[in-house]
Amino acid sequence: MARSLKEALNSGDFVITSEIGPPKGTRLEKMHHHIDMLKDQVDAMNVTDHQSSVMRFPSIGGAIAVKEQGGEPILQMTCRDRNRLALQAELLFAYTRGIRNVLCLTGDAVPVGDHKRAKGVFDLDSSQLLRAIRVMETGKDLGGNELDGTVQFCAGAIVTPEANPLEPQLIKFKKKVESGAEFFQTQAIYDLDNFKRFMDFAKRFSTKILAGIVLLVSARMAKYMNENVPGIFVPQALIDELSKAPKGEALKVGIEIAARMVRTLKEEKICDGVHIMAIGKEEVVPDILNAAGIKRTTV
Amino acid sequence: MIRSITRKKPLEEIEKMLEDVERVFIVGCGTCTTMCHTGGQPEVLEMESVLTQKGKVVTGTMVIPVACDELTHEALEEHRDAIEQAQTLLIMTCAFGVQTISASLKKVVIPALDTLFIGLESGLGMFGEVCTQCGECILGDTAGICPVTACHKGLVNGPCGGTNKGKCEIDKEKDCAWTLIYERLKEQGKLEKLNKYHPPKNYQVEPKPGKIYIPVEERSET
Repeated sequence: MARSLKEALNSGDFVITSEIGPPKGTRLEKMHHHIDMLKDQVDAMNVTDHQSSVMRFPSIGGAIAVKEQGGEPILQMTCRDRNRLALQAELLFAYTRGIRNVLCLTGDAVPVGDHKRAKGVFDLDSSQLLRAIRVMETGKDLGGNELDGTVQFCAGAIVTPEANPLEPQLIKFKKKVESGAEFFQTQAIYDLDNFKRFMDFAKRFSTKILAGIVLLVSARMAKYMNENVPGIFVPQALIDELSKAPKGEALKVGIEIAARMVRTLKEEKICDGVHIMAIGKEEVVPDILNAAGIKRTTV
Repeated sequence: MIRSITRKKPLEEIEKMLEDVERVFIVGCGTCTTMCHTGGQPEVLEMESVLTQKGKVVTGTMVIPVACDELTHEALEEHRDAIEQAQTLLIMTCAFGVQTISASLKKVVIPALDTLFIGLESGLGMFGEVCTQCGECILGDTAGICPVTACHKGLVNGPCGGTNKGKCEIDKEKDCAWTLIYERLKEQGKLEKLNKYHPPKNYQVEPKPGKIYIPVEERSET
């Protein structure tokens, strides 16, 4: 039996998490394959919740699959699509299916996704969802009513160390810690000096930080993210490194960059672990870990 | 002053609604839709010309000074004959005006505009939403800038991860409300206000449809 995320976070080991994106449709084979491939390589797997506001198979369905396939799921829950009744109900359901980790997110805005006319809910926000979990753990719901059987979760949140301006983000980070966030998975980071400055701040709080590693697959992707994705900064040196890659080798260079970052973060003990996001390229996550010198013995 | 901000419906949509109608009376408003250039005198006359070209008989037009107030009934009375001759009224006021006019007459009313929000004109032709009437005002904690309205997600506990160099993830032309709030609080030396946790909002402060009675005895003496 693999250890829980909470045990991993408290072990002092460098924690590795990755993510699974459920399909748009009912063909689950690829998702099952990714889960099988990663379950023994990482400490836990996030399952995304209509990532980028694109409608997909639900995160709870993916998290149950992770559990059934012997992995440790982290259920991502956004506040975009459900009001407080639906969020609490899903937490009850998740708990009964053995899911013990929840990543609390506000959620991307509806207009960035593929159902641009939908109503965004946002009845709660990320810090309020964290507190909702803590309230439910006391045996009550948000209406103050008794629960017949309660929940217990390892709850986490996200933070954007490259946000501009940064200070309001740090204040919100603190608010999330106070609301019960036991761990943070960060937005993608590429500039380790900036990240170290963020960690100088974050280390003052009793919470665990897993640095977000998003695999770069081309110089074009890096430039695109710099221009269009909030809170992401890819330094020019990395863009140049990708540009210089021989034709067809950019992915290989991207894997090397990711592996180098993972290795440095681990060896220099900069943070508590990493969260690897290889959006659409999940099959190379073991290559990144391998190149980073991270050996997992299957338990 | 605050205004009801409106946008013209596409002409095809108006034509569709007037499909079986021959005789139309057009009503504009001298206040908000005049300011928005969606239902003032020039727009009403333009609509008259367009509908005439489309073969409709326009029995008359008028621009009510303030379509949403209690004098609307009297203003309509002055045009009673022309209104009687029409089968339908095409209303170029905001939805408040449409409903006020509809309640004053037995005639069929059709809106020519979509009412977008209650806002202010911040520059020539630029209109911005300022209040969503949530019933739980937190402006005292947010430097007088309303995140319930000015943040796309209505967040009350600080910015989301979609904030980008002072702009919102949904539109680079829209400001991030929480960056504005942060900068204003910083100027005021009140950044500690950002630390305050706001519990989930009460969305039933006054359950829809809003209806309250303010008793006479509770009114302040002059």
